Amino acid sequence: MSDMLLKVENLEVQFRSGSTLTKAVNGVSFSLNRKENIGIVGESGSGKSVTATSLLRLIPDPPGKITGGKIIFEDKDLLKLSDKAMRKIRGNEISMIFQDPSTSLNPVYTVGNQIVESIETHQHLNRKEAKEKAVHMLELVGIPEARKRFSMYPHEFSGGMRQRVMIAIALACNPKLLIADEPTTALDVTVQAQILNLMKDLQHSIDTSIIMITHDLGVIWESCDKVLVMYAGNVVESGTVQEIHDNPLHPYTWGLLDSQITESVSSEEELSTIPGSPPDLSLDISGCPFAARCPFAEEICLEKTPEMIEAAEGHFTACHFQTKEHRLDRKEAKVDDRSNIKS
Amino acid sequence: MTSIQAEEEIVKTMEDKRKKEQSLFRKLIKNRLAAFGLIVIFLLIITAIFAPLIATHDPNTMDVTKALLGVGEQGYLLGTDNFGRDIFSRIVYGSRISLIVGIAAVLFGAVIGSLLGVAAGYFGGKLDSVIMRFMDGLFAFPFILLAITLMTVLGQGLINVIIAIGIANVPGFARVVRGQVLGVKESEFIEVTRSLGAKHRRIIFQHVLPNSLAPIIVYATMSVAGAIISEAALSFLGLGVQPPTASWGSILKDGKDFLVLNPNMATFSGLSILITVLSINLFGDGLRDALDPKMKV
Repeated sequence: MSDMLLKVENLEVQFRSGSTLTKAVNGVSFSLNRKENIGIVGESGSGKSVTATSLLRLIPDPPGKITGGKIIFEDKDLLKLSDKAMRKIRGNEISMIFQDPSTSLNPVYTVGNQIVESIETHQHLNRKEAKEKAVHMLELVGIPEARKRFSMYPHEFSGGMRQRVMIAIALACNPKLLIADEPTTALDVTVQAQILNLMKDLQHSIDTSIIMITHDLGVIWESCDKVLVMYAGNVVESGTVQEIHDNPLHPYTWGLLDSQITESVSSEEELSTIPGSPPDLSLDISGCPFAARCPFAEEICLEKTPEMIEAAEGHFTACHFQTKEHRLDRKEAKVDDRSNIKS
Repeated sequence: MTSIQAEEEIVKTMEDKRKKEQSLFRKLIKNRLAAFGLIVIFLLIITAIFAPLIATHDPNTMDVTKALLGVGEQGYLLGTDNFGRDIFSRIVYGSRISLIVGIAAVLFGAVIGSLLGVAAGYFGGKLDSVIMRFMDGLFAFPFILLAITLMTVLGQGLINVIIAIGIANVPGFARVVRGQVLGVKESEFIEVTRSLGAKHRRIIFQHVLPNSLAPIIVYATMSVAGAIISEAALSFLGLGVQPPTASWGSILKDGKDFLVLNPNMATFSGLSILITVLSINLFGDGLRDALDPKMKV
């Protein structure tokens, strides 16, 4: 079997509401090997969550629809599977952890019950075995007194504990791929690191790949091998963590990096932001989607959509001025040079 | 390991808290009107079950020589009707009809209405339109008119009364359940369940319905009161249960011809309906307050 676990080609997702058509994802491509982690970053509305949910074909239809592309998981094109075959994949081979653990659990059942349900859906175990496995999963995700906790309700758990339960549910069937949609965003800062460490530990013990969706680059540096930077439904930069961290190329990535709060930022200094807001995806965008907010934008950026090119080895970016021959100087990014562009 | 100790402590306080937590029943009892309603309903159920023991006479034995007696005359607790039947015993036996019809008709309506409502709300689209327009059609008939029409079609009899009132109850349940399902199905835990590969049937019956239950229970309670009134109304119009069988509505109907000679017949059967329906409504109100987390004080 090849080492390739997942290959997404030109994925397109659109949402229709009334007469407006929103192109949420616009030709996203990436691939993922076994036991490899990929991070998808981008601000709200950049299409990262939609990309992730389309992998499981969980986009609510209507209004959403996957209008193009391929999702090859192992040897199957997920977009061509029947609903029944798709259900066998969900939770069994690909699982998902959602953003808000406080609403991800059904309030009327005990947490144990919900883990058992996930196990029973895909594995032929009897009640008792499923229960044992569920308790084991609770222990695995670091919940003390798992046996007692098994019969407690979600409201009796703290946020971090609930997210641990969610991880237990998602991993109960040893999936080959785990999609984590901002798993730490709704948690306390002190708990975030615990959850990330837990995911890392578990990944080693059950050999799963992870797609980590986040807008926190720190999370990516910590836990991923590859990065995908998304903006307005497009991938604007992709490469290994090492490359993107040491040598980011796209002006949007620079903006994201500059917006991070680091220890070196003193309290008097104004925090750096990317001015403006992402474009309205229901409008036709000609040219580079980031042009209106880009400090380096020139006429060509408004006219021509940049292609993804390999600007350095294994490092792709979509910018007219970042090629193997030509590079922008990142230091100039701080200078407000948008006078020649009407936004 | 201090963190484990701390965790153990949390588990312990959780368990204590659970014990102390007010149960639904306690919350209900705190509300005096609801408690009153509950007691009356309880007494009513006892009466219906033990009717043969409580009734002082046979409800259907006629004795024309003792017709239209007043309250307490000749050992008849509430007097007798125009055929000399004991009104008290007839009201006691009538409670059976009211309760059976009230509960069975609502169960009938709730089951069918909930299934239709859940299908409409969960699957949406064309199925939703078809089901709900049909329900709107049923809704367009006044409740009692619909029941009368159905009774005329089905013919008299206890089972038919239940079916007729049950059908008249269907659209209400369908609407309540659909509305509830529309909200619940957007919850994140439904998406989680879907992401785990659950089938529609499992999602609906294990996740959507249990989370929609509270308003259904409240609506069902209130509907029992409505169904009892409908049964009484149908019997009053002579479309309900067959004549010799005692029903509050038919006692009231017989009584209306003797309002001047002997007002007891109409008064006591009417009072029974009034108290029963009032109690059920009070109980239903209390239940809604107790089940609604937003009402917590």
